[in-house]
Amino acid sequence: MNILHYLRAMQGIIGRELWRFVRQRERFIAALVRPLVWLFIFAAGFRATLGVAISPPYETYILYEVYITPGLIGMIQLFNGMQSSLSMVYDREMGSMRILMVCPLPRWFLLMSKLIAGVSVSVLQAYVFLAIAWFYEIEAPWEGYLYILPALILSGVMLGALGLLLSSFIKQLENFAGVMNFVIFPMFFMSTALYPLWKMKESSVLLHNLAHYNPFSQAIELIRFSLYGEFNQYAFFYTLIAFVLFMTIAVIGYNPSKGMMMKKGRG
Amino acid sequence: MKYAILISILLSYLAQAETVFVTLEKDNALAIVDPIAGKLLKTIEIGQRPRGIALSPDYKYLYIATSDDNTVKVFSTNNYQEIAQLPSGEDPETFALNPTGNLLYVSNEDDNLVTVIDVINKKEIAQIKVGVEPEGIAVSPDNQWVISASETTNMIHWIDPKTNKIVENTLVDPRPRAANFTIDSTQLWVTSEIAGTLMILDVNTKQIIKTIRLDIPGVNANKIQPVGVVIDKERRWGYIAIGPANRVAVINAQTLEIEKFLLVGQRVWNLAFSPDQKRLYSTNGRSNDISIIDLENHKVTKSVAVGRFPWGIVAKP
Repeated sequence: MNILHYLRAMQGIIGRELWRFVRQRERFIAALVRPLVWLFIFAAGFRATLGVAISPPYETYILYEVYITPGLIGMIQLFNGMQSSLSMVYDREMGSMRILMVCPLPRWFLLMSKLIAGVSVSVLQAYVFLAIAWFYEIEAPWEGYLYILPALILSGVMLGALGLLLSSFIKQLENFAGVMNFVIFPMFFMSTALYPLWKMKESSVLLHNLAHYNPFSQAIELIRFSLYGEFNQYAFFYTLIAFVLFMTIAVIGYNPSKGMMMKKGRG
Repeated sequence: MKYAILISILLSYLAQAETVFVTLEKDNALAIVDPIAGKLLKTIEIGQRPRGIALSPDYKYLYIATSDDNTVKVFSTNNYQEIAQLPSGEDPETFALNPTGNLLYVSNEDDNLVTVIDVINKKEIAQIKVGVEPEGIAVSPDNQWVISASETTNMIHWIDPKTNKIVENTLVDPRPRAANFTIDSTQLWVTSEIAGTLMILDVNTKQIIKTIRLDIPGVNANKIQPVGVVIDKERRWGYIAIGPANRVAVINAQTLEIEKFLLVGQRVWNLAFSPDQKRLYSTNGRSNDISIIDLENHKVTKSVAVGRFPWGIVAKP
């Protein structure tokens, strides 16, 4: 196996994902409509609620729309990660997963290629969302739009790895509704996407702690700080470690001899 | 070559150097802020309940109304030492210097008076009876008019500075709080705290030519309590501090329409331009900070904690 084989495999996986993305333009638009609804409708109702205390990286009082924007980018990536895990379950049901897995390349590489393919779509969605937000006067310093790229890639692969991990547990497409209820919603609402940590502490210390240790929160904080040209070291390492952990479990999960598929097969 | 670069950097830094002074009503102190770095430099005790503040035209002296000391104190801007105390009458809150800087007009809210002080000789030269609870006070840049706004009488009193007599009165919306002239002295902008309006008066006719309701979408009407008002030298934009609405309104001074609202700290009270008018500073009384607004982009760039109850603000190059 030389590097060319690796590249060809990656090209094939990413090409397939991009082909799917081009073919399913509705999916791209739908993924954008969700955060835009939150931005234009939900956030509008809370316009004046934040303006009380200044917390980094913000240096002055901000409108709720400004606060919620990094959280909504996180939402795009969270849903994208789950969507790609949904597609894995679909691939497994349709049999194309087998073709992928018999490819004579390391499993981790195949899964990583699958992740990168998903992230490239979500990064594109995030930038389109930021462009729309810019017209809505949610403007970050110009360098922030550059710094956010590595943050988006890391948070994207972390959430994608979580999706892969989940997909290794899910036997059938129908079970995906459970993922929505037990993973996406708690992860999203118990995070810093919609409200800052200090605000949560006022109502519940437990909720505050749960939100603090939620890797989705740290991914959002990484995005938030980088959008304002700052580097949040804690959030970076937290997201990185979460990614390594999720990816390792996913790679084990996709091992036909030891993984979850084997166990499920028996069941 | 290296030296030339160093000198040019130093010169550009010096050109940018600026100091902002903020009176802290509850801390009995003056906060000194570097607005370029966005940092509080130091705080010095200056007297009981300091509120109104002004700089002499040559920037050498600071005048500060220490209300509970019943005086207007004069400080050197070099070493911040107290130089003199002016006989302001009781409970001075707001005051205005004339363009030459030799006369100071003080509102005495409890006595319904405007006291005129000769700054050079540190003497009271006149007391003018005005309406009930005088608050806002301003001198026109051409020195033709001194106006006093009576909060309870709901009136603007037009005082001729040559005779120190009221020449005319204009009835305005309830509780006029602050007033300011445009640089060409043709308009007077007055804020009404209860009606939530900005009134623009023509100086020639002394009549209101336009009333603007400062409604902010999504903000409760009882929070619209406009106070401080300033207009830039080009007369392109005017800015209004809207108290508990935590916003500064940007008004197009040509069309007299609201351009936008900028979110600042809580209970925004008074406003001041930087000497080059590239920035605007607001005192946010309840959140204990000042906000720095970039006027080229009309964006709030930073809020700096200064101390308890920031009230008045001025900027010196």
